[in-house]
Amino acid sequence: MSLSAFAGGGRVNSRRKFLRDVLAFLVSGSAIGGVFQILPAKVLAKEAPRKGKWYGFGVSVDKCIGCTRCVEACKTETDVPREPFFTRTWVERYIIKRNGDAIVNTVETKPEGVPDSAADRSILRSFFVPKLCNQCADPPCVQVCPVGATFQTDDGVVLVNSKTCIGCRYCIQACPYGARYLHPRTHTADKCTFCYHRVSQNLLPACVEVCPTQARIFGDLNSVASPLARFRRMNKIHVLKPGLNTEPKVYYASLDGEVR
Amino acid sequence: MTNELYKSLYELLPQITGFIYPNEIEIHWGILVVVYPYLTGIVAGAFILASLVKVFNVKEVQPLYRLSLLTALSYLLVAPLPLLSHLGHPERSFEIFLTPQTSSAMAMFGFVYAWYLMAVLLLEIWFVYRTDLIHWAEGETGAMKWIHKGLALFSTDKSEGALAFDSKALKTITIVGIPSAFLLHGYVGFIFGSVKANPWWSSVLIPIVFLFSAIVSGVALVIFFYMVITPLTGGKINMKCVDKAVDFLFYAVIVDFSLEFVDFIHRIYQSEEEIKILSEMVMSKLFMSLVVIQVMLGMLLPLGIISITKIFKKRFSLNEDLRKMFYFISVLLIQFGIFSTRWNVVIGGQMFSKSFRGLTTYKMEFGGLEGLLYAFVLLLLPLVILAVLLKILPPWKEMREEGKGLNGETTGGLPAPGA
Repeated sequence: MSLSAFAGGGRVNSRRKFLRDVLAFLVSGSAIGGVFQILPAKVLAKEAPRKGKWYGFGVSVDKCIGCTRCVEACKTETDVPREPFFTRTWVERYIIKRNGDAIVNTVETKPEGVPDSAADRSILRSFFVPKLCNQCADPPCVQVCPVGATFQTDDGVVLVNSKTCIGCRYCIQACPYGARYLHPRTHTADKCTFCYHRVSQNLLPACVEVCPTQARIFGDLNSVASPLARFRRMNKIHVLKPGLNTEPKVYYASLDGEVR
Repeated sequence: MTNELYKSLYELLPQITGFIYPNEIEIHWGILVVVYPYLTGIVAGAFILASLVKVFNVKEVQPLYRLSLLTALSYLLVAPLPLLSHLGHPERSFEIFLTPQTSSAMAMFGFVYAWYLMAVLLLEIWFVYRTDLIHWAEGETGAMKWIHKGLALFSTDKSEGALAFDSKALKTITIVGIPSAFLLHGYVGFIFGSVKANPWWSSVLIPIVFLFSAIVSGVALVIFFYMVITPLTGGKINMKCVDKAVDFLFYAVIVDFSLEFVDFIHRIYQSEEEIKILSEMVMSKLFMSLVVIQVMLGMLLPLGIISITKIFKKRFSLNEDLRKMFYFISVLLIQFGIFSTRWNVVIGGQMFSKSFRGLTTYKMEFGGLEGLLYAFVLLLLPLVILAVLLKILPPWKEMREEGKGLNGETTGGLPAPGA
């Protein structure tokens, strides 16, 4: 064997090494690069667009009297089953005792309404908290839907396309607010749409329209003149589970720390 | 149908403790979603066991090689069924392939699954059996001849070059197969671990815990099959092989147990806002399935039994039957343990409210698509498929190699399929 053969072998080896290194670099580099590409995109996704509408919702906890007309209106308007296990919106009742204990329940939509708690001396305070889909700016339900049936519109409303939903219920698991359910008749995921069919015709959502105390406020967050913008200016605002970084667009005024 | 659902949900109402959100009464992922990670876990575990032979050159477990490949295949074929049956609209499931949402972990299922089935398992099995299929087809008549010929894709090349290529291909596939098996089950863990809304699932350790519990369940099941099938087909159990496989199982259980323990300690030490409701759930609703079945019966007891056989090795090597029995009991217990691990993760994650204020309950139906009976069918179906595969692609050659040698019989020649 000639010396040149050895030299050639060496070249082949170094070439192999080079190719290996390049491949390793590409694999690791692209993986890291991919993550860095996603990161700014994620951050941008939370911001409202400068132009156009960006819908949000306000809830004034102090004003809610727990009458559940909103729940009734919602069920009527959007064909939600009457049974208590399926709801797009509900009202929670909190009773905080003097010893710090909190008793929570869902206000039933029965005619007898809520029992009177004023006489009970062990109660420190009690209040109602209306709940609905938080229409997150960064919605985990949209992220996890395997077929893109749950999607976010340009005006920031998260909707479900019942024609393509496969009923896997991953979105129900991913929602931190318990706002979703599987519709027993359509077998697809269902949730509050901010009454998108009404809103797109310049009407208010059904629950907002029937609320006798104006505890529910709806509007465009990009419009300085909207009642929602005013509500946000005039109140100290909280959102639910801010630590999960879902950027909810349902804003609460006078929210108690007990509410999750 | 809908009325039945309402009725069963009304029955659940009195069992709810504390406050839960109104939409949380129905547990959405039931027994079928428990069965799904259990089945895929066995696939990954059985494949890892097979790779011990090919990649890590563990000669002792050679008798389990083909059996573990066939086990992996039969479980992989059934794995998507529970998911499919669980969908509200199974007829739309193809949408996952056509319009996948790239941000969704679940959308990747089809691709990971197809990759694993087509690029790893089927290829590996084909290369393993190719020459045997040619041999068998030569000595057979009738339908079986054509089945074997067809399965060999009508290849007839038995030359040394072809054999060398087979073995090279096998090694490559197995090396690709190990990360793929990790991917398959790690990904199943990721589906749960990435749900930030659910603190019982949301943990970076979940995919790794899933992976190791997968290895545990797969290895244990293949050992179980080997110990049952070998005597049934008139062979002799190769104890060297079982000893070695149980060794691996033992270490895998220790790693799995440690990981779960770390996860547990981590949660308690961090003690975030959900810790109260989670501990209440573990001590009430999950006590039996988590503390008793998963930890005590499914992990500590088999670990103890295997440890005893290791410590008193000499005494037990004299009494082979006793050792066999101990191993048999251990692999069975481990199997129940891993099934309850899946149960505790999937069902446990839905029993507490995301308000962290209350617990709901899971009432399993007996009949129907979401029922116990159907889950049993899905758990038994891989056994039926395995039986068919064993008939068409008998792994006896490897399973009995050592046994025949021990009995003083000839080891040469290929046994006829089904022998």
